[in-house]
Amino acid sequence: MAAITLRQLAKRFGKTQVIKDIDLEIADKEFIVFVGPSGCGKSTLLRLIAGLEDLDSGEIRFDGAAVNDLKPAERGIAMVFQSYALYPHMTVYQNMAFGLKLAKLGKAGIDERVRKAAGILQIEHLLDRKPKALSGGQRQRVAIGRAIVRQPRVFLFDEPLSNLDAALRVQMRIEIAKLHRELDATMIYVTHDQVEAMTLASRIVVLNGGRIEQCGTPLTLYHHPANLFVAGFIGSPQMNFLPATIAAVDDREITVELANGMRLPVAVPDTRNAMIGQSLTLGLRPEHLQVDGNGIASLSGRIMAVENLGSESYLYVEQAHGTPLVVKSTGNASAGIGERISVGIPAHACHFFNADGVAVFGPN
Amino acid sequence: MRKFRRWLGRIAFFLLLAAIVVYSVFPFYWAVVSSLKTGSALFSTDFWPLAPAWSNYAAVFREQPFGHNILNSLFVALATVLLSLALSLAAAFALGQISFRGRTPLQFAVLGISMFPQIAVLSGMFELVRGFGLYDNLWSLVFSYLIFTLPFTVWVLTTFMRELPRELEEAAIVDGAGPLTILLEVFLPLMGPAMVTTGLLAFIAAWNEFLFALTFTLSSGQRTVPVAIALISGASSHELPWGNIMAASVIVTVPLIILVLIFQRRIVSGLTAGAVKG
Repeated sequence: MAAITLRQLAKRFGKTQVIKDIDLEIADKEFIVFVGPSGCGKSTLLRLIAGLEDLDSGEIRFDGAAVNDLKPAERGIAMVFQSYALYPHMTVYQNMAFGLKLAKLGKAGIDERVRKAAGILQIEHLLDRKPKALSGGQRQRVAIGRAIVRQPRVFLFDEPLSNLDAALRVQMRIEIAKLHRELDATMIYVTHDQVEAMTLASRIVVLNGGRIEQCGTPLTLYHHPANLFVAGFIGSPQMNFLPATIAAVDDREITVELANGMRLPVAVPDTRNAMIGQSLTLGLRPEHLQVDGNGIASLSGRIMAVENLGSESYLYVEQAHGTPLVVKSTGNASAGIGERISVGIPAHACHFFNADGVAVFGPN
Repeated sequence: MRKFRRWLGRIAFFLLLAAIVVYSVFPFYWAVVSSLKTGSALFSTDFWPLAPAWSNYAAVFREQPFGHNILNSLFVALATVLLSLALSLAAAFALGQISFRGRTPLQFAVLGISMFPQIAVLSGMFELVRGFGLYDNLWSLVFSYLIFTLPFTVWVLTTFMRELPRELEEAAIVDGAGPLTILLEVFLPLMGPAMVTTGLLAFIAAWNEFLFALTFTLSSGQRTVPVAIALISGASSHELPWGNIMAASVIVTVPLIILVLIFQRRIVSGLTAGAVKG
């Protein structure tokens, strides 16, 4: 088990700067999830920590000791790959024992560790099979088993569930969370699926363009996104963004004017940096908007489309001025396409971002 | 009417098949038939030996050290196959899995070597062989055969190696395996079909090679079978012992046929491996 420090990491492939000045402290036994759109550098960052890629500059420390020049096996990491990467010609037992055999662990020691890991993952009955005789979920378990037997200081997961079907993904997600509790290990997990990130992580690191956009607990990211990117990335459907201008400021609240001329007084924790005439982006989550029109103000528009998911439904509302809105409603919403609707904005639901996309007037 | 047409098409198809089979098998069949004839019967055009005689086969072994020649061929072909597989496996690992500067030019250089006609390199090769003191030695053949087996085996194995997922190697690296362990314990077992295919084709090429074998050996004790067969002579210079030559040809062809039949499934799976994701 190890605490990990990343300092000023940089990596380029040819002319593309994939990782730019990344600093991060990961505490012992934390479950960190790297999340971001494809090409954001999350897998590269994981591979840098694993030692599968060489750093251009910066330093990686495990428990205070630099591991830059150590090979993956010497760093004491174990990795679970997206494609499982099981050795096709070896049985499940041999797959799990391979690393231990190379580490010159005795036969009895290997057997004990393999059987223990197989017990944890409930794959004892598969030990004599070859990977091709296993289902996707079983292969995934074997791949995790191969990681567990190494008793690594850090577990690295590279999108391990993206090859599984939806039902299996949910099941394995819960099992990985359980595994983290049982093994009490430091885990780093890469995914592009925000549900996996929200449910598994003790802290989420949102990456974009090779930089860390925000790092925090899942609920911090949801309630207090640091910038437009995080606000738009966390939460589904995406947060609605409306352009706004500050019309009035006092020490408790600001009044913003929307594109349709409507004025919206909102109480905010910190008004010191607000200036009249400043351009802002107002962020509103679909699940916070009220279809009954209640709130400090309401936006009206025409329903363009309805998505019924059973437990809930999403209304796509086109306003006379400005951007279309997505509004979450109950599963049995009776709204029809073409109807006019008034959408209420509750006071606590407003997020503000300045012209640079940075969250402003928030509690922090 | 339509039924008749379909029958006609089918008949034409089978006629074409028959023609191809006859074209490819008849020369060998004729060799077998001729090898069983003696004396003036050799010059008759019977498609079936009326009085099959095995005396030609006995004569092949009696009149020259043909058994020894077969062992020579076997040694040369096997040594060539083992050497070229070992070398090309290592080369394929580098060319197929590791990206380094100059990889593509290197690959084309390897391919380019196989474009020289044998006759063009013959004299230079002869000097080399003499320089190394290998003249009239079987090793001269092993080393010269590598010229045409290696480019082929390197290319096939590289193509195959490239199909192996990169994550497999990375998983082995994380497990603590070094390059040699990865090559021998992870990749080699997966390369089985490709190794058998390329090995067999290299074996056939080395087994049949004539020009180098004729040039680099002198004594009948160092000859391989193609040379030995070409140099079979009759009682006088005006007599060509067709029966013996045909018998010898049949003897050296049969092992190849048996090998191909044994490995035919693997050959097909090796040649098409990677074509369809399995």
